[in-house]
Amino acid sequence: MDLIKSLLDHINYVGSVTLFVIGLYTVLTHSNLLKKVIGINIMETSIFLFFVSIGYISGGKTPIIYPGTEDVYYVNPLPSTLILTGIVVALSITVYSLSLIMRLYKEYGTLDMDKIMEIRSETQDE
Amino acid sequence: MKKIIFGLLLSGLLFILISGILEMPALGSLDNQSYNEVTHYYIENSIKDTNAPNMVSAIMTDYRFFDTLGETIVLFTAITVVISVRIIGVGKSHYLKGD
Amino acid sequence: MDDLIVKVISKIIIPFMQVFGIFVILHGHLSPGGGFAGGAILGASLILLTLAFGLNDAKKKMPHSMSKLVETGSILLIISLGLFSILNGYNFLTNGASGFNLGKTGEIISAGFIPIATLAIGLKVGSTLITLFHTIIEED
Repeated sequence: MDLIKSLLDHINYVGSVTLFVIGLYTVLTHSNLLKKVIGINIMETSIFLFFVSIGYISGGKTPIIYPGTEDVYYVNPLPSTLILTGIVVALSITVYSLSLIMRLYKEYGTLDMDKIMEIRSETQDE
Repeated sequence: MKKIIFGLLLSGLLFILISGILEMPALGSLDNQSYNEVTHYYIENSIKDTNAPNMVSAIMTDYRFFDTLGETIVLFTAITVVISVRIIGVGKSHYLKGD
Repeated sequence: MDDLIVKVISKIIIPFMQVFGIFVILHGHLSPGGGFAGGAILGASLILLTLAFGLNDAKKKMPHSMSKLVETGSILLIISLGLFSILNGYNFLTNGASGFNLGKTGEIISAGFIPIATLAIGLKVGSTLITLFHTIIEED
């Protein structure tokens, strides 16, 4: 049909949006703190896939210029360069949230979000 | 019960996003949004300005070196934050009872 | 962990990993790779050393005093390359137009300060990964 052919032409954007929704479902549904960090990582990976696959030219070569070749089409090097900075920022966010989770475990003794809320609401009622 | 409601809401979100994505140009066509005159300048004049064949490395460390310097500072800040959360201010916990 | 197979195999593989990481860093302007990928390979080889042999042995190989010097020295090296262009009269961080010689295409020592910048970035990323791993896995 026309719809299936159109979906197969934009297969990379459809994959990126599906990964984003799967990551969002993981963050909202589980109550363990470590699974929420994994869900945030899946969402960041989907955005990287969306951005890098914009620059693809069908029939293009790797963007490395060998001397003595006539002009061919090169794949766009600009989105790949901008995403390298984004990957490092994603790593920093994951490391910071993991170290905060370690301090939370020492304070409350559990990693479950509902139980932490119960412990905090008990001591504030007194 | 909570999972079913979230599943229905997120399927609606998936439907809206896919119907918005089908308007973009197909994968690998030449009339991309990002294949404009900036990319043409980088492809044609990259060997003349810097003698580096690798275009991604030449863009990242010559044309746009300021962003790479800022990102190096982000890495440095990440180490400072992790060490300061782990070591400074460790004491007894207020919420755990016993020992 | 105290496993005999992991210790014997990682004694064979770790030097090859480090040579490969240094190769990817040094040929950053000639072939795919660059600073960040090579630094990640170097950091991964030191993480394998920590996992196979325990934390005390790995801390003797890469103590905190050495990683302090590598971290701060890399950023100061990049900033001093930029100030070198200001002393010649051009903008901050200019490569070809302000006096660095460009050389022939295709050799390792060519293209201005691009090999020096790639080396600084690669060493910094490797040192960051191993410092974060030692800080998180330490228990008191």
